[in-house]
Order: sequence, then C-alpha cells, then structure tokens
Amino acid sequence: MIRNRSVRILRGKKMGKPKIATASLAGCFGCHMSILDIDDRILKLVELVDFDKSPVNDIKKFTGRCLVGLIEGGCANEENVHVLKYFRENCDILISVGDCAINGGVPAMRNGIPLKECLEEAYINGPTVYNPSKQIPNDKEIPLCLDKVYPCHHVVKIDYYLPGCPPSADTIWEALVALLNGKPLDLPYELIKYD
Amino acid sequence: MDNKLEQAVKQICDECGNDRTRIMDIVIALQKSQGCVSSQAMDLIAKQVNAHRVEVEGVVSFYAFLSKDPKGKVVIRVCTDVVDRMKGVNEVGQAFQAELGIGLGETTEDGNITLEHTPCIGMCDQAPAALINDEVFTNLSEDKAKAIVQALKKDADPKKISIELGDGNNANELVKSEVKNNICKKGEIIFADNESGAGLKKALELAPADVIKEIKESKLRGRGGAGFPTGLKWDFASKAEGDQKYVLCNADEGEPGTFKDRVLLTERYDLLFEGMTITGYAIGANAGVIYLRGEYAYLRAFLENKLVERRDKNLLGKNVLGKDGFDFDIRIQMGAGAYVCGEETALISSCEGMRGDPKNRPPFPAQKGYLGCPTVVNNVETLSIVTRIMEKGAAWFTGIGTEASAGTKILSISGDCEAPGVYEFPIGIKIEDLLKEVKAENAQAVLIGGPAGQIISATEFNRYICFDDLATGGAIVIFGAQRNILEIVNEYMDFFIEENCGYCTPCRVGNVLLKQRLEKIISGKGEKADLDYLQDLGDSVILTSRCGLGQTSPNPILTTLKNFRSLYEGLIKVEKDIMEPTFDVKAALNDAETVAERQSVIY
Ligand SMILES: Cc1cc2nc3c(=O)[nH]c(=O)nc-3n(C[C@H](O)[C@H](O)[C@H](O)COP(=O)(O)O)c2cc1C
Ligand code: SF4
Ligand code: SF4
Repeated sequence: MIRNRSVRILRGKKMGKPKIATASLAGCFGCHMSILDIDDRILKLVELVDFDKSPVNDIKKFTGRCLVGLIEGGCANEENVHVLKYFRENCDILISVGDCAINGGVPAMRNGIPLKECLEEAYINGPTVYNPSKQIPNDKEIPLCLDKVYPCHHVVKIDYYLPGCPPSADTIWEALVALLNGKPLDLPYELIKYD
Repeated sequence: MDNKLEQAVKQICDECGNDRTRIMDIVIALQKSQGCVSSQAMDLIAKQVNAHRVEVEGVVSFYAFLSKDPKGKVVIRVCTDVVDRMKGVNEVGQAFQAELGIGLGETTEDGNITLEHTPCIGMCDQAPAALINDEVFTNLSEDKAKAIVQALKKDADPKKISIELGDGNNANELVKSEVKNNICKKGEIIFADNESGAGLKKALELAPADVIKEIKESKLRGRGGAGFPTGLKWDFASKAEGDQKYVLCNADEGEPGTFKDRVLLTERYDLLFEGMTITGYAIGANAGVIYLRGEYAYLRAFLENKLVERRDKNLLGKNVLGKDGFDFDIRIQMGAGAYVCGEETALISSCEGMRGDPKNRPPFPAQKGYLGCPTVVNNVETLSIVTRIMEKGAAWFTGIGTEASAGTKILSISGDCEAPGVYEFPIGIKIEDLLKEVKAENAQAVLIGGPAGQIISATEFNRYICFDDLATGGAIVIFGAQRNILEIVNEYMDFFIEENCGYCTPCRVGNVLLKQRLEKIISGKGEKADLDYLQDLGDSVILTSRCGLGQTSPNPILTTLKNFRSLYEGLIKVEKDIMEPTFDVKAALNDAETVAERQSVIY
C-alpha cells in the first residue's frame, strides 16, 4: 500500500466496531470480486468491522461515519464524482483500489479522443452499431459524462493506493488488517509484482 | 533520388572518412549546407557510413540544432534563460515576432528566416542575447531586434549585419563578434601574465608519473562542477590498460548562468591547449578532443587557426617540442545544442557520433571512455590551471585559496548587479563580499552553481564559496528584491524538463510532476501536503536518476523549499476542501452538456 499521508488510526475510540464502505465507480467490479475473494477471511473481517454503504450489502446511504472507504474505478461521469465526494465526506480514510481508481485504467483509453467523437463512435458510427434512429442515449436519468476519465485522487484527496488489476485478495486483506490494527504494512514482493 | 543531395552527402561523408563515429560532424555539416537533415539524407548517410538508419535519425532527433524538416536560411534563436527574461527578452522576442510576422517556432513564408527560442547561450552578462545562425547578438532591445530583422530581410546573411566589435579577440578577423569579455577581476592564476610554453617545457622534463604527482600535490580539483581531484583522475587513466588514451576538454558550458569558459576560450586558449598537451603527456595519450558547445560555434574558426599555429611551432604534432616519442594533437568536436552533453559520459557519447545519452558507470571514463579507451575529461578552466601549476609549481598553487580548496575560481556573475562579468577570486570568498564587489545591492537570493546548484537567501550570505561549503562550477546569478523567486524556480524546472535525455523515468516524468505541483502552489491551490510531496518526490528523483542531470534537477525546488519556505507557506490554502482544488467539475462537464443539450442537475 503506497502511503500518501500519515493517518492516525481510530482504534480505541469508543464507537464500537469501525465501519467500512465500498463503491464501484468507473470500474468493472473486478476489484470488488477481489474483495470477496478473501474467502472465509470475510468472516474474520466481519468480526473486525461492520460494512456500511456498499454494493456488497446494497446499503445505499451512509448510516454513520466510516473509518475506511474502498474505491474501485475512476470518475467517468458526474455521478461518479458525486459518489466519490459523498465518500470523502463520510470516510476518514479513502483508499483507491485498483488501477482504474489510481490511473483511470481501461475506461481512460478514451481520454485522447473528444467526448463527442467517442459517443458518436459508440452509438452511431461504430461498425457493429445498429441504431436506425441515430440517437445518442440522452435520458435525463443518465448521468452526463466527464470530458475524460479522472483518477480518483484528481477529484478528492485519497489517502492510500492499492495498485493491481485487481489487487489480489491477499493484498487487500493484508492492507485492511494492517490499517485496522494500526500497524505498518509490509507487503511481500509477490503481492506487488505485476508482470 | 535527389542527385545533388546524394553528392553533398557523399562529399561530407568522404571528408569524415565515412567514419560512423563521426556522424555528429556529418549531420552538423549537412544541416549547415542543406538547412536540414531530411529523411532521404539520413538514409544516404546510413548507407555511406555503414550504420543503421535509426542511429542517424537518433542523432538528428536528439540535438536542438539539428532538424529533419527544413528551416529558414537564417535561424534566429532567442535565448530565454531566466537572466535574459529578467533583462527583458520577452519584449525583444515579441519585437522579433512582430517584425517578422511569425510566431516562435515558425518560418517566414519565403522560407528565409526561422524564429526559435533556446536555453542559456552563455551570454548572461550581456543579456538579452540571441544566436543568429552561428553569430551571437547581445544586449538586445526591441529597436535592435527590429533593425536586425530589417537587415536580414535585405540580405539573409547574419555576418553582414553591422555591429560594434567586442573587445580582445572578439574583434579578431576570425571571430568578428560583438560579444564582450567583461573580465572584471583578474586573479593570480588564469588571468595573470604567464610565460607561454613554460609549463609544457617543465612537464616534458619530468617523467609522466612525476607530472601526475605534481598535480596531486597541488590538490587541484575539477572546475566543471563536480570537483573531483584532478591528479587522482589522471592517475586512474594513466594506470588503466590501453594503447590508445584520450584527453577530452569539456567546453560544453551549458549550465544556465555560466559563461567563463567562453572568455577563457577567447583569451586564454593557449593555457588550455598547453594544459591538454600536458595532460596527454601525463596519462600517455596522443590525442585530445575539445567538445565545443554548438552555441560557441562563432569561436571555432579562431580556435582551429590557433591550433594550426601551435602545430607550426611544434607545440602540437609529432615529437612535441622535440620530446622524442611524444606525439599529441587536438581536434574540435562541435556540439549541437544539448545541455546533457556536458555530463562527461554523455559528452563521450556525443564525441562518438551518437545521441548525447549518458552511459552507465562503472566503467568510468578513466577506465573505458572515448571509443572504449581510457579517457580523462576535464573542464576548460581545470586544464588551463594545469598549465600554470606546471609553470609555477604545486606549492605556489596551494598557497592561493584555502587549506582544503586550493587556487582561484572563475565565477560568471550575472543577474541583478551593476557589474556582471567574469571574476577570478581566490577560493574562499564570502558571498557578502562578492555581492559588494559586483555592486549588487538589495539581493534577495543568489543562485550558486546554476539551477543544478542551490538558491540561497540573505541569511546565508555569510557562507563561503569553496568545495566544503558552497561548491560551484562558476555560475552565480543574483536576484534582487523585486524578483518572484518561485516563478524563477518554475522556469528552471522547464529547463530540466526540456534538456533531460529521457532515459530514466524519475527524471523524465518526475520533473514534470514536480513542476505541476509547484504550479499548483503558485496558483494558490496548494495545500500543506503538497510541500511534503515536493520534498519526497524531489528526493526520489535525486536517488533514482542515472546521471548528474536528474540527480540535481530538483535542486531549484528543494533548495528554495528549505531557504525560502515562507514563500511557499504564504501561498498554501488554510481551509481544507473536500474536492481537489485543481478539479473543475463544471469545466469537465462542458462537452457533455453541449452534446446532450441539457445542463447537469447535480453541478
Ligand atoms: C548535466 C550536466 C552538465 C554538465 N555540464 C558541464 C559543462 O558544461 N562543463 C564542464 O566542465 N562540466 C560539466 N559537467 C560536469 C562533467 O560531468 C564533469 O564532471 C567535468 O567535465 C569533469 O571535469 P573537471 O573535473 O575538470 O571539472 C556537467 C555535469 C552534468 C551532470
Ligand atoms: S482495476 Fe482492473 S479489476 Fe479493478 S475495476 Fe479496474 S479493470 Fe476492473
Ligand atoms: S538522469 Fe535524466 S538526463 Fe540523466 S540519464 Fe536519466 S533521464 Fe537522462
């Protein structure tokens, strides 16, 4: 886990078990799958923390202040920005999990192309597109796209980064345990070697 | 294929012996005669010297003074160094643009004149300055810029622009330049009268090992910046195995704010040539190369001529001064606008006709340098001092300067002072005294050793110039109270970003990230954590870069972070934002709002 700024751990605070929240922004849910991949250790995790807002339990709104927010994916649209800001307001520590959150990842491949061209290619001109009405979807329920995909730390302050696509379950597990115990994180080489 | 081009290429390659290690000379000559080294020309050169095309293209794309696309017959390169900006080069640049009707980087429609900018050309004492082809124009003003353009429009030959010739050899028939020497203080070693040839004679009477011993005893340390003990370096080279050895003189002088080697080359060339010859004798080399920066091409014909004169007097050539078996000659290798080539291993790459990429060390040049042979690389000033030490003895030399730092140092002083120019001081001068000497009142900051060195504040003006305190290759730039230090730091970062060779990610990318974060702070959007970021990233760039360029490039930021911390802190935002202050969600949604023809309901 790459340290961005020193964080005082809230261990020992009276509030009972610390809470953890997760979100998937412009990601593929692979990072969430990796969280679930900690397998039976999830039982231990539930002993250590309570899960607050997260796709895992489908809680939509924060029920209270959280110690840790895990963010998958970068910001591709206004809803992503909105959710990320909501997390920053409600979590003491935000962690960018995975290359999409850290660098934009695959979605950021559109960053060199103007948004209008991207949408036209996707919905009108692309070789496999069937769209006789030649409309770009524009329901007002659909969040507007940003001009490009932003890594999370360009949008709000991020405290820690867990690289990988996705970071392995062991990496996520080690990082959470270290954080919750207020210990320095020492990841073995295998967990931070990517090729 | 273009027959004329083919002939031109063949002729130039033949003149260079179709030697692939002389690709630099070939492309420089072609650039001069054809205005570019076109794609076709590269193919032809590659074939002619039996190299891969990519080697030729690599060289052409590396150096600022070489180009694949045609440039004007006349190329005006306005020097945009920090000091030139302080002296009003922006207005001069605009005057050039207005008068030519083109922007920077463009060529006039008739294909005659190209306008560009370039980093420090070694004329800070007479800034603003510009290079026009090989000619140097100094003390520019808007009016002078206009007059120059008008003259060039009449006759596209910068040599014919009327100028007032400079002093000393600047007025020599082979130089004919308006450059001034501005020698403001003569010391006991370099600018003192000397008996020409005495040092060399003395050396030739000794055994080579005794010459090295003398230089070791003199405690001479390199004057190019790194301060390595010269005698020790020679010792390594002399003991290294190899039949062929070389002496290289570093006359690349690219550190912004340095210009003393220019003056030495103009007025004290004999000391230098003699010093190189002594070095050759000491280490067992029979050939020397002077790597002359492209910006000083106006001195080339003059220096070549002086070499010829030395050959005539048997000061160079076979059995120098009748010393049986000691042959030594010197050639001049031109550079083509790349600061990194001042780094000794990059300089060797460039002399070998390659891109000016630094090499991995070890092996060090003293073991395996130019063309794989043991090589000594020394600065112009170091080699000139060698001559004087041999003439007057090590004891005389150690009597000047301080205990640990013997001798004098030539400083190039410019910026906010009344008497910019070249000063020879005994090593160990206090900054305060130096400021008095150059008549710099109300200095806010002094840059010591160029941007690769350090920027100090008034509280440190009681420090000394010497190897143990403020070491410097000679660049001193003074910033008055009216200057914006952080803007200056930002401009110096541009320099390193422009000039690094791109090999190491920390240097290539790290310097860009440093600059971005600095700009965030300058624009008032920075937070306290950004200062820690600058420190951490700066330290990493230093730790993980391959050569001296990357290892010093964060210095403008790191030294001001230490010495001018209040300037940074004064710009830091106090209140904490939820959003990153540099992220503008409204702007990021602009495109989508246009395409969707509706406004965001959230933002
Ligand atoms: C980026 C960079 C640029 C340099 N430029 C010069 C230069 O212009 N002139 C010079 O003498 N040394 C320069 N040096 C230092 C040389 O690498 C080398 O240390 C020096 O030429 C050795 O000569 P000396 O021992 O006589 O000083 C530069 C070093 C670096 C890292
Ligand atoms: S980092 Fe990889 S696994 Fe995680 S969201 Fe992005 S693409 Fe999916
Ligand atoms: S430190 Fe910079 S200039 Fe030196 S080799 Fe690396 S990239 Fe090139």
